[in-house]
Amino acid sequence: MNINAERSETWRAELRSAMKAKERTEIPRVHMPELDAEYRSHTRTEEVNLGLTPEQALLEAKRCLDCANPTCMEGCPVGICIPTFIKNIERGEFLEAAKTLKETSALPAVCGRVCPQEKQCEERCIHLKMNKESVAIGHLERFAADYERESGNISVPQVAPANDIKIAAVGSGPAGLAFAGDMAKSGYEVVVFEALHEIGGVLKYGIPEFRLPNDIVDVEIQNLQAMGVHFVTNCVVGKTITIKDLEDDGFKGIFVASGAGLPRFMNIKGENLVGVMSSNEYLTRVNLMDAASPDSDTPVFKGKKVAVIGGGNTAMDSIRTAKRLGADRAMIVYRRSEKEMPARLEEVKHAKEEGIEFWTLHNPIEYIGNEQGRVTHMLLQVMELGEPDASGRRSPVEVAGKTELIEVDEVIVSVGVSPNPLIPQSVKGLEVTKWGTVVVNNDTMQSAVPIIFAGGDIVRGGATVILAMGDGRRAAKAMDEWINKN
Amino acid sequence: MNKIVSKEYFSTNVIKFEVEAPLIAKSRKAGHFVMVKVGAKGERIPLTIADADLQKGTITLVVQKMGVSSSKLCALEAGDFITDMVGPLGRATHIENFGTVVCACGGVGTAPMMPIVAALKEAGNRVITVIAARTKDLIILEEQMRINSDEVIVMTDDGSYGTKGLVTNGVESVINREKVDLCVTIGPAIMMKFVSQLTKKYEVPTLASLNTIMVDGTGMCGACRVSVGGKTKFVCVDGPEFDAHLVDFDEMLMRLGGYKDIEREENEHYQALLNSK
Ligand SMILES: Cc1cc2nc3c(=O)[nH]c(=O)nc-3n(C[C@H](O)[C@H](O)[C@H](O)COP(=O)(O)OP(=O)(O)OC[C@H]3O[C@@H](n4cnc5c(N)ncnc54)[C@H](O)[C@@H]3O)c2cc1C
Ligand SMILES: Cc1cc2nc3c(=O)[nH]c(=O)nc-3n(C[C@H](O)[C@H](O)[C@H](O)COP(=O)(O)OP(=O)(O)OC[C@H]3O[C@@H](n4cnc5c(N)ncnc54)[C@H](O)[C@@H]3O)c2cc1C
Ligand code: SF4
Ligand code: SF4
Ligand code: FES
Repeated sequence: MNINAERSETWRAELRSAMKAKERTEIPRVHMPELDAEYRSHTRTEEVNLGLTPEQALLEAKRCLDCANPTCMEGCPVGICIPTFIKNIERGEFLEAAKTLKETSALPAVCGRVCPQEKQCEERCIHLKMNKESVAIGHLERFAADYERESGNISVPQVAPANDIKIAAVGSGPAGLAFAGDMAKSGYEVVVFEALHEIGGVLKYGIPEFRLPNDIVDVEIQNLQAMGVHFVTNCVVGKTITIKDLEDDGFKGIFVASGAGLPRFMNIKGENLVGVMSSNEYLTRVNLMDAASPDSDTPVFKGKKVAVIGGGNTAMDSIRTAKRLGADRAMIVYRRSEKEMPARLEEVKHAKEEGIEFWTLHNPIEYIGNEQGRVTHMLLQVMELGEPDASGRRSPVEVAGKTELIEVDEVIVSVGVSPNPLIPQSVKGLEVTKWGTVVVNNDTMQSAVPIIFAGGDIVRGGATVILAMGDGRRAAKAMDEWINKN
Repeated sequence: MNKIVSKEYFSTNVIKFEVEAPLIAKSRKAGHFVMVKVGAKGERIPLTIADADLQKGTITLVVQKMGVSSSKLCALEAGDFITDMVGPLGRATHIENFGTVVCACGGVGTAPMMPIVAALKEAGNRVITVIAARTKDLIILEEQMRINSDEVIVMTDDGSYGTKGLVTNGVESVINREKVDLCVTIGPAIMMKFVSQLTKKYEVPTLASLNTIMVDGTGMCGACRVSVGGKTKFVCVDGPEFDAHLVDFDEMLMRLGGYKDIEREENEHYQALLNSK
């Protein structure tokens, strides 16, 4: 059904006229209930955001004007029918709302939690034009998805009759999962190969429990299993088996979604001191290996004076984790100003509430250690904002001669990741950019090697969950068409 | 889950396992390793693939008991399952007929040296293996090494067995005696550092297989990073073998010590658990 037809349904027209637009915009935006900041900065696994109550969701849903031209949808990378799901919430049909979400998004409970909404759907909400806060689309999305899951009424999507065609996904992050779901629906025999011992990619090893509980990801995985998707963990494609092995084994299409797992360092003096590590190492120890639990064999430093270098989501996740593991001083060091920070607004707000110090316009130039090689200090260069650079952000420049020496016992470097080179290196004929990303056709996600499609961070560099998921779905559609044509 | 099909003691602290892993058995080469995790909350540790049997679909691991994780593995019996195992990882050893190769190993390095010795021998090299330890009881795998070496030289610090002296003395005696085309060294970082210094003096090309701390083993975390020729390298994907003369062993030594205190605590915790059983 198209959006206009949906919008003209009787119930919806009635709902619209039940309340004046002015009244709707007058309702203040809902506040997401959350754990007390002091309490939560000491508990590692409890989720910060508690979710809307049904009353709150109903009220927030009223704020949405059900626009004839819903600009919010243009802001959503996968074009979720936003007014349709919100109006279903308003009329109390929460399961129906969840169904609408699932038509477009494979992981609404995840995206409702981690999408940078203020830069996507919510940035385009008509309310902003009227100087009001946007409709809390993300909160409502999470509400509907959580409601469905907690109701125990999760519908396992209808699966087309088996067509006995085998296809593979490499990597079980959001791109691989979304791809697997759609292909299973179309009747394919889907096998997802994952290098780690856990399924979920960054959703498991990167994003911490206090922001995205593993249970939520696990439910999605169980759903996929119920649809017949097979998962093979501990299998590195390119090492344990090759793409060629997969082809020889009868796989008719391969979707590479191996992510951007390679940590970047800054190559400054002292970066290899003990106690200086990548955010990937830190978060993998804590999230994947559960290193902070007494019954885990994997060790992790629990620094008292911790600095995280960077201003993205990964940086916020790392520093908030360090705080929860007992840091007295937890510092974000970022070379631009807060306005340029790539992290979600909500994470920055939460971090501040939790007592994280923000050292913006500072950049590390050296780490200093003791005789045992343990980091004890970082030397920061003071920066100021200069002219806008290629990315449109004002680029930071050094303030000559101004530095600061700060005591630290742990430094977590979170200045970005590069695409995982394993697959690009091991497949002949694959086109790769100088950044190491795989080149694909933007519409079909097909690579220069026809049997290989690719999407997510391996194509985009470090991007977002929703974009990765969207790629997975696009690749599924295109691969299905391509296989049927051949 | 990978099933252990056989377990054999080389000594009280050194155990050989044959483990079912058909895919790894098929794709592995000398120098490759696997990451192994025992138990849901186990640590991922790197272990060299010592051998493989394509017919049986098994690989061989030789494990020395060090701390918690290797002990947990060594406590498993034939018929038990290893919770997680992934591989083969790392770059395979470059094997060719170099001529005369000295393989210098000690401590934890003796087990991972075995497949390299075998592969070098098979490629037609004259292989002289030097095994070193503090004292006689700590010399391991001597018999196994003899199978593929033209000569095995045993060195002990206290002279309780073989020749008295360090591994470097053993290597130097060979270099002084005949032309050596390549040296391969695996062992504690401090040992590799001294072997490297020695062979540099004699201009013998040397490969060191570095055993840094690892977490994922697939290039994702950087825990295993070392400086080689002034550049940062990840041992799990760029190595584990590097030109020893370019490796910054002092930095590596420093980084290896990083988790010592926590490891000791975990080990005490584990021993206490064992004792309370
Ligand atoms: C700490 C952190 C916080 C983030 N926060 C947010 C956020 O709040 N909002 C947001 O939208 N985005 C966030 N992101 C970014 C987002 O998580 C990624 O853009 C997204 O996960 C990319 O999905 P993907 O499927 O492409 O890859 P990934 O999620 O990286 O998954 C790739 C998977 O492939 C596996 N793999 C790699 N190579 C192989 C191989 N050869 N064989 C088999 N398996 C292989 C990997 O082990 C991994 O599991 C965050 C990222 C991090 C690291
Ligand atoms: C590529 C590679 C291949 C390896 N192959 C083998 C193998 O075939 N057989 C084998 O027995 N071991 C091998 N090792 C070493 C093995 O991984 C470690 O012994 C193991 O991780 C120790 O874990 P643990 O928890 O038992 O001990 P821990 O509690 O971690 O350590 C106990 C003690 O051992 C020291 N130690 C820890 N790790 C190392 C290390 N990597 N090198 C030197 N000393 C260390 C610690 O400083 C500590 O004093 C290999 C290591 C690497 C990197
Ligand atoms: S998926 Fe993300 S961008 Fe799209 S509507 Fe939901 S929260 Fe907004
Ligand atoms: S733009 Fe805002 S008000 Fe309009 S449909 Fe979208 S969410 Fe509702
Ligand atoms: S062990 Fe993580 S990158 Fe090498």
